[in-house]
Amino acid sequence: MKLIVAEHASGKLTKATLEMVAAAQNAGGEGPITLLVLGQNVAAVATEAAQYAEQVLVGDSAALAAYNPEVWAAAAAQIAQEGEASLVLIGGSRSGREYAPRVAVKLDAPYLEDATSLSVNGETVQAQRYTYLARVTETVEASAPTVIVTVKPGSFAPAAPATSTGAAAGEQYDVELELPAARTQITGRSVEKTSRVALTEADVIVTGGRGVGSPDNFATYVEGLADRIGAGVGATRAVVDAGWRPYAEQVGQTGKTVQPKAYIALGVSGAVQHLSGMGKSKFIVAINKDAEAPIFKVADYGIVGDVNQIVPALIEAAKK
Amino acid sequence: MNILTLVRQVPDAEARVKVSGSAVDLEGTTLVIDGMDEYGVEEALRLREGGANIEMITALAIGPKRNEDALRTALAMGVDRAIHVETDEKLDAVSLSRVVAQIAQAENATLILVGGQEADWDSQALGAATAERLGWPQLTWTNELKIEGESISGRHDVDDGNESFSAPLPAVVTTQQGLNEPRYPTLPNIMKAKRKELRKDTLDTYGAANTVRVVNAEIQTRARMNRVIDGKDPQAAAEQLLDLLRNEAKVLA
Repeated sequence: MKLIVAEHASGKLTKATLEMVAAAQNAGGEGPITLLVLGQNVAAVATEAAQYAEQVLVGDSAALAAYNPEVWAAAAAQIAQEGEASLVLIGGSRSGREYAPRVAVKLDAPYLEDATSLSVNGETVQAQRYTYLARVTETVEASAPTVIVTVKPGSFAPAAPATSTGAAAGEQYDVELELPAARTQITGRSVEKTSRVALTEADVIVTGGRGVGSPDNFATYVEGLADRIGAGVGATRAVVDAGWRPYAEQVGQTGKTVQPKAYIALGVSGAVQHLSGMGKSKFIVAINKDAEAPIFKVADYGIVGDVNQIVPALIEAAKK
Repeated sequence: MNILTLVRQVPDAEARVKVSGSAVDLEGTTLVIDGMDEYGVEEALRLREGGANIEMITALAIGPKRNEDALRTALAMGVDRAIHVETDEKLDAVSLSRVVAQIAQAENATLILVGGQEADWDSQALGAATAERLGWPQLTWTNELKIEGESISGRHDVDDGNESFSAPLPAVVTTQQGLNEPRYPTLPNIMKAKRKELRKDTLDTYGAANTVRVVNAEIQTRARMNRVIDGKDPQAAAEQLLDLLRNEAKVLA
């Protein structure tokens, strides 16, 4: 079987999960597509999952109420082993890339990390991934009875539900898991809530750099434009280091990797570490008064001009 | 307690990376100690300076000869000694963790520090895989760290924000921006570093074999349109851009 560990939030599968389903459907290879839903009170998620997979395995327990890498790795490894999974797909989120290596070690299986493409031929799994701050695309390959893969969000078009065509929904089974006790105690948690769409899920992102000028300008121009066009808000490392914006908004090597349809960079110079986090966006727009800024080299559309003048005009024009 | 801090020597972020044949070729490229790993070296030194009872801080590199320079940097920053497992074989992170785990045991390490995502292989796997091999907990993307007796506490980033944690030692911690500001080696410390131990080792005894083959490498840059609009007339520029986004790129409604 091809085992996909579902990622879900607020009682719904994430877009990243539907992308993994598409990756599994298109990869080739044998065996039913199986979604593993882990958590507590996840019946609704399991029902939704049944629209996308031939079978759904549900691990519903208080021990799974909060994510922990050791516990998640134990659950995924156990099911992969019992189900003789040829392929285990895990989300390329921060948490997914945190516990997937533990699954690989537990199963003594090769691990292909952060795949942007995937193909299966017998026991050989081939994937592409970015290296060297996303400047190089490597094709990597592993051959084994079980191969562990994390799938980079944004790399596949999300799968559509099968049930709309009248096809039978996948069958659901509850699974018994032998889980270790979590040793790490979480003593506090700060969820960076935003009314906007999450950066890794956003189709359009407006990002501000130091060239925006000040935290107030950031709110006026970057957030102002994002809200006007329904976009997510990103920030560069320089802006986060300066304390203007929370780390959760940072895009780049040390922040989030994003791949939206449009990435609008305001007052961003375009350091390599930043480009590594957004360089795969479909369209890149740069607005910067420095015509020599490296961001223009990777931009599809650019305006050489002052953010303070261009963005208000843009917000105004977008109302029309 | 003993701390093991892992380092790699990687291309400078601004350096050009080139590919020859089907592999990345670093010949002539400016190389530096990986910034993510440097936070780990700095943190080990700060934990000791902050009063934690740390007997030995050892920097470890596994890889080609060039990694010696990263180890020299770590020694000059202040670590006590270094180990270099020299090999030209390109091990994947999960295979590499086999070597790290064995060395951690031989060195009686209680804490392993490693960069959250290194700038050469763009992987986040080494810390987690090492933790699993040792049966230790792991804290990834850590930006605040304290040792309190037999446990560590601190703060780290997660998918949707950040968490404060406490975990029993021994443990693996992956490091990142915000944890500290790495120091520059001073001249006296660079001189002192020359007398510190840099032990050479080979891969033979560790039973580590690569399980992931790199079959091709390409510099793939998406062709960009580079359509630059003059912003002298902000109104006209804004309208032109919006028109392109709506009607040419079709990314805005």
